[in-house]
Amino acid sequence: MQLKSFFGSPKPEFRYELLSTAFPEPMAVALPETVTLLIPEQPGTAPCQAIKAGAKVKTGQKLSWDANGGPSIVSSVTGTIQSHTPYTGDYGKKFAAIGIATEKADQWDESFQSLTGEPTVQTLIDHFSGAPGGADFSKLTDPGKPIKTIVVYGGDTDLLVETNLFVLKSRISAVMNGVKILKSATGIDEIFAVAPSEAFQNYDGHFEANVKGVPVDYPACQPLMIYYQLFGKMLEQGQSFEDTGVFFIRAEAVGAIGQAFSQGRVPVEKILTILDKSQRKHLVSARIGTPIGGILKMLNISLNDRDRIIFGGPMTGRAVYSEQQPVQFDTDAILVQDANDIILNSDYPCINCGECIRTCPTRVPVNMLIRFLEAGEYQDGADLYDLYSCVECGLCSYVCTARIPILQYIKLAKFELARMTLAEEKND
Amino acid sequence: MISQKKFVVSHAPFWHNGSGVPERHFNAIIATAPAVLMGLGYFGISAVAALCLSVATAIGWEWLFCLISKRESTVADGQAILIGLIFGMLLPATAPWWLVVTGTFLAIVVGKQLFGGIGATPFHPAVLSVAILTASWKMYMDIDAQLVNLNFDFTPYHPLVAAKAFGSQAISDISICDLMIGKQIGGIGTTCGLALILGGVYLILRGYVRWQIPVSFIAGLCITAALFHLANPEKYAGPIFHLFAGYTLFAAFFLITDDSSSPVNHIPMLIYGALGGVITMLIRNVGTDADGIIFAVLLINICNPLIDKIRPKAVGKVA
Repeated sequence: MQLKSFFGSPKPEFRYELLSTAFPEPMAVALPETVTLLIPEQPGTAPCQAIKAGAKVKTGQKLSWDANGGPSIVSSVTGTIQSHTPYTGDYGKKFAAIGIATEKADQWDESFQSLTGEPTVQTLIDHFSGAPGGADFSKLTDPGKPIKTIVVYGGDTDLLVETNLFVLKSRISAVMNGVKILKSATGIDEIFAVAPSEAFQNYDGHFEANVKGVPVDYPACQPLMIYYQLFGKMLEQGQSFEDTGVFFIRAEAVGAIGQAFSQGRVPVEKILTILDKSQRKHLVSARIGTPIGGILKMLNISLNDRDRIIFGGPMTGRAVYSEQQPVQFDTDAILVQDANDIILNSDYPCINCGECIRTCPTRVPVNMLIRFLEAGEYQDGADLYDLYSCVECGLCSYVCTARIPILQYIKLAKFELARMTLAEEKND
Repeated sequence: MISQKKFVVSHAPFWHNGSGVPERHFNAIIATAPAVLMGLGYFGISAVAALCLSVATAIGWEWLFCLISKRESTVADGQAILIGLIFGMLLPATAPWWLVVTGTFLAIVVGKQLFGGIGATPFHPAVLSVAILTASWKMYMDIDAQLVNLNFDFTPYHPLVAAKAFGSQAISDISICDLMIGKQIGGIGTTCGLALILGGVYLILRGYVRWQIPVSFIAGLCITAALFHLANPEKYAGPIFHLFAGYTLFAAFFLITDDSSSPVNHIPMLIYGALGGVITMLIRNVGTDADGIIFAVLLINICNPLIDKIRPKAVGKVA
């Protein structure tokens, strides 16, 4: 953590990780006794036969809550399903957590191998929704929102994290293969590959995509910021990337596709950056669903009461409450903070010092916006004070003298407004 | 997923630069120290008494208000101390006790808490209180009248009052050096220009005060004063005199830089400061109040929300 210097209050200058030229292999994490996979759940329905408790699953097998399609993920291990527990993610997303007792030897499900000849979007939906780096491929087929552009982003979206860039740089052939497969499966020709420009200075190979460099200063690699840099506009209220015909996918997910189609097996190992209490980095590779407690134990990171475990980086990650939480397909990093290093938010009012204004990369009038958001006036905040220009980088909260959880207010406001818009559309 | 250990869970970001509200106020208090010490040196024990009473009663009103309104006490954030201190520094050294107590009541309860507490004050609370007292008990806030019984080894009349009444001839024997080191009568902590600059530079360097506001204020004041002086050198004193006389430098670094009543965007900060300087000189040279700072500060405080609407277009906004 970078504290305020004694003199001055300059804008915090953070840079993304750039990685050196050496790529050490990630440390392998041993197969745990149980893994936990999260499946998006249809509320109120019983699980289908294939994932009932006691059912055997194979590595690479497609698991879905109900038998007639619906959201699915790929099992990362061979073993026996033990339990189903309801699980609520951030902002009320509902999942079912499926516990699987693992077996030492992997038996691979071969259903994917037969599909490698001709890549289709359906294959991507069926077999890659829970693959490392994961993306919601079903958005590629929504007839109401045709996708015209695919953006592959190679940088990491948070500080200290180097997972995505590592995959891009060390497995570039797999990523290139993945881009080709994406093209042929979707028929979309306009593909952008975005990476921090300095990380790719000496790259002279050919890439099957329109390569764009972005600055290495935080927050230029935030998805919303990349969108702005590519298309020169921001998302409007209620819009998602897909609404504007753009599909975002991480280089890691593209690499997984490339690797799967050349090897006939969907990768089940997730690469993670582990940041210990003194912010040393460890790159590890673990099965999706591995409880993080085991990984931290392997790295000799001790955990005590009132510590904080964060999935993701220091600016945009999310804190988890238990060391039993599983590594998921989109868990890029685990940051562990010692209890003594935590500076908690407060419920103080804004004192109008203006630090946020001078830090905001998108010139949002944060001091005014936060007054509206604190009062629950989300729509006014959006109309009068540029809520939708925010790229959710968290710098305002980082410098806030009153320690207001500004980013939380902003995300809550966007969430609530999206919910209201949805409800209005339903009523119409 | 039951865990034995209890972890802290919160929303991103998980880093913070460590700045805080109390630290901001305590640094401002540190910055006033040179000026306060010089003032106590010049005005003696009665100034010590007035200042102590001012700070103590400000804390008392804050505590009492929080108690009555059943809110968590905000004394520890240091703002009440700072307001009490600033109010005391504006007073003449011989201010009677009841004036001090009433003044801190007006500053803390009326100026700060009734408007909604920290961060919600449209006016600088201490300035608002001084303005009300000046309007209510003019004699007790009149520096010349109050300090008439004290003996000084320098000019024993308020330079601005003299300049206003008798033109620049009246102040020709006051050297600028004397004004700089505080050899003038005035508020307890507002006379020594050099000490105030020292404190102000400290606050700017540490990032608690935005340099745009004091710099544009001083520029606006000096340019306006110079124009008046050029137009009629006999009637109007020069810019350097106005810079070091009265509350000018105290206002530049401690009054108009108050977080809650000053703008946060770059251009508005410049306009706000410059406007303050111009209004001050207009009041001093054209209006009736000799110092003018107090009313100039209140006037720019009113303009602040409007001025601060001038802001750069947010990224991605078309209109």
